[in-house]
Amino acid sequence: MDLFLSIVIGGLLIGGIYSLVSMGLSLQYGVAKVLNIAHGEFLMVGAFLTFLLQQHGVDPLLTVVIIGPLLFVVGYILYRTIFTTIRLKAANPGIFESNALLAAFGLYFIVQNIGRLVWGTTPYSYSYLSGTVSLGGALFNDSRLVAAAFAVAVGAAFYLYLARTRTGKAIRAAAQDDTTAGLMGVDINNTLALCFGFGAAMAGVAGSLISICYPIYTTMGLGYTVIAIVVVTLGGLGSIPGSFIGGFILGVIGTAVTSWDAGLAVASYYVIFIVLLLVRPKGIMGK
Amino acid sequence: MVFSKINWKKVAITWGIPLVAVILVGFLPQYGSAYWVTRVSYFLMYIILAVAWTIFSGTTGYISLASAAFFGVGIYAAALLGESMPLIFVVLIGGAASFVLAFIFGAITLRLRGIYFAMFTFGLVLLFKELIYYYEINIEGLRGRFVVLQSNETIFYYLLGIFVVTMIVAYLIRRSKFGLALQSIGQNEEAAAHTGVNVTMVKILTFAISAIFMGAAGVIMATKWTYVDPGVAFNLMISFTPVLMAIFGGMGNIYGPVIGAVLFAYIQEVLTTGELQKYYMLIFGAVLIGAIVFMPNGLIGVIQKLVGLVRKWRKGGSVAQNANT
Amino acid sequence: MRILEGEKVTKYFGGLAAVSNVDFHVDEGEIFGLIGPNGAGKTTLFNLISGAFTPKSGIIKFKDKKISGLSPYKICRMGMARTFQEVKIFPAVPAIENVALGALFGTPKPMSPAKATKEAGELLDFVGFSVPKTIPAGGLTMANQKRVEVARALATQADMVLLDELMAGLTPTETAEAMELVSKIRDRGITVFMIEHVMKAIMGICDRIMVLHHGVKIAEGTPKEIAASKKVIEIYLGE
Repeated sequence: MDLFLSIVIGGLLIGGIYSLVSMGLSLQYGVAKVLNIAHGEFLMVGAFLTFLLQQHGVDPLLTVVIIGPLLFVVGYILYRTIFTTIRLKAANPGIFESNALLAAFGLYFIVQNIGRLVWGTTPYSYSYLSGTVSLGGALFNDSRLVAAAFAVAVGAAFYLYLARTRTGKAIRAAAQDDTTAGLMGVDINNTLALCFGFGAAMAGVAGSLISICYPIYTTMGLGYTVIAIVVVTLGGLGSIPGSFIGGFILGVIGTAVTSWDAGLAVASYYVIFIVLLLVRPKGIMGK
Repeated sequence: MVFSKINWKKVAITWGIPLVAVILVGFLPQYGSAYWVTRVSYFLMYIILAVAWTIFSGTTGYISLASAAFFGVGIYAAALLGESMPLIFVVLIGGAASFVLAFIFGAITLRLRGIYFAMFTFGLVLLFKELIYYYEINIEGLRGRFVVLQSNETIFYYLLGIFVVTMIVAYLIRRSKFGLALQSIGQNEEAAAHTGVNVTMVKILTFAISAIFMGAAGVIMATKWTYVDPGVAFNLMISFTPVLMAIFGGMGNIYGPVIGAVLFAYIQEVLTTGELQKYYMLIFGAVLIGAIVFMPNGLIGVIQKLVGLVRKWRKGGSVAQNANT
Repeated sequence: MRILEGEKVTKYFGGLAAVSNVDFHVDEGEIFGLIGPNGAGKTTLFNLISGAFTPKSGIIKFKDKKISGLSPYKICRMGMARTFQEVKIFPAVPAIENVALGALFGTPKPMSPAKATKEAGELLDFVGFSVPKTIPAGGLTMANQKRVEVARALATQADMVLLDELMAGLTPTETAEAMELVSKIRDRGITVFMIEHVMKAIMGICDRIMVLHHGVKIAEGTPKEIAASKKVIEIYLGE
């Protein structure tokens, strides 16, 4: 029972981070239609920037205030330049999606290479909160709780933003049908770029949060991208709440598999992905 | 591509020139140095992968990133069977195994949207790598395997042979009704389905056929590298490079990927041996983005545009002349 | 003989019934019209018939065989072809090959490429296509693209064609030509089931008409009966 609880709680804690990362990808893929394979690289950049700032004495949680907006701007510019051009040149949405995917791979290579040049491939870490908390009989690092709570808070804040503001409504409209939204007066180029920017920001913030709990290394990104893809499929394409819930589900499953055999974690995500594609490609909350 | 009467002049050019080129290249081991034989062998490998990839992905628009998975299957076929049977059989088995696996995985995922398929194929490479790694380490107690060495010449001729077969198959498919079906799927899949095309079967079969050549190439390259492990066999760059080459060269006709492969293989050689080695992935990524944004129809597309512009300019020139008289 | 029949056909999207318990039938050789305000479920019904969607409940039969749940390509080979509201041609492919595709894959029995090309050429003439046939379909005018779509449907040797808003976006001259084409198609012995918004066309050439509103059939009858129906007038004026 102890083991079970520790798996569930541990899974939920990491699940909070997965949710945040996946919501970011859901915005980029579900709305802006870019399956951003470089998503994890933004996460990595966020993690390393936090590390850098932390080494200079800045509180890691505070760095989020810088990293979020910074990566938002980077993401926005990238979409406005590269992806909008691809979108306007594409003969149909299918072609746009494939070309965008390939361009995202290009981004992946570029950012990876830069990361490796600057930081090499060794892991870095720092300690943030050294206290531990006992939950359900197992010990968890305070940092993990703080990270999870923060991630959920960001997610909730964004959800409110979607529901209450005009831009948020524009995003939801674009998510449903971008052609119609455009016809109804929504500035599509801007809205989609905003989504991509928000997605990048979420990845960066997730990276910062990860850095306070775990060691970071330049090749960490791809793993989180894979997880995000599985979660987005699990939760349902185009559904932000779906990604939110899916993140927790996958966190628990992943922790369970890892406790059994660490080497099979990635394979298990992949199996889940295949099963989803076969059985219910729409996901839990997809339309 | 019209099913009309045969234009013998065109046939002579379409078939004659390549035939002559192949024969000339075929004599390379006789008059060329070992260095050149090896170099051209690598070019041939990339050409095979790029052309095979284009057979399916270039026409239907479903981006496959699984080339490395099937290539790796071929490598492991060589590793497991290379000692016990003649090379030609290993090549055939490697190709057949790739066909079967591609058929199975294609059947699973080609019913869905192109983007899911792309992600799936990407993951397939990682999955194969993880699974075989797990198996080798935990069950066989090995990390890597040794493969029977073949002579440079043998490798070269096998690659040349696979290249010729790949090109012929690519050509036959493109010019047949099958090729029209593939194009229609790429242009408007729903309309193709409603016009009587069994789109699922066409996609799966074509995907599987393209995998054959990737597997066959893998078998031969294993005999060249002689030491293989899951990392070597299932290397994502083997998936990406042919894609870049095909986009670079242009997927509109069968020579596009060939041109793209030769050019980019050359560039790659330059980049990976010099000072710029550290920046290889960065340059690769930048070229990939550049090609997609600026040359979506590849070099062939650029050339076609230029030819079109020259024609217009010529016509415009004579019209202006006429107008002045 | 009833070439097409539907019984209690229903389709939901999310919680909304796009098509609800619709019964219909089309007699062989007739021109059957389907009208209704936007969002009435007309194209959804076509999609259910052509196999693009599967009905949640209800049965659709073509030539007395159940087709609900079959793949589009199978239904096409059984003798039913369609055109689309958004004109789904293959833009980078020459017009004649767009049509030839139908003859190569959509016919009950396979046809040789040479014969298919010949058929395609003849059909393009039949539909009034007057520009060079090797032009890529993407470079054609809207009217010619629609001609290509119709020719492609006919190339499958269809016994019945579903025409989805053929007249949409056409000039008055082109509309008249289209109406004539529909008559010529029927004269060849092919049954026509058409969705239309252009009232003049529908009333002018259809033998019978069905009216859908919010996914429900609210009227069916001859053009005269429909024009006189209070219910129908209400839903159009009330919009």
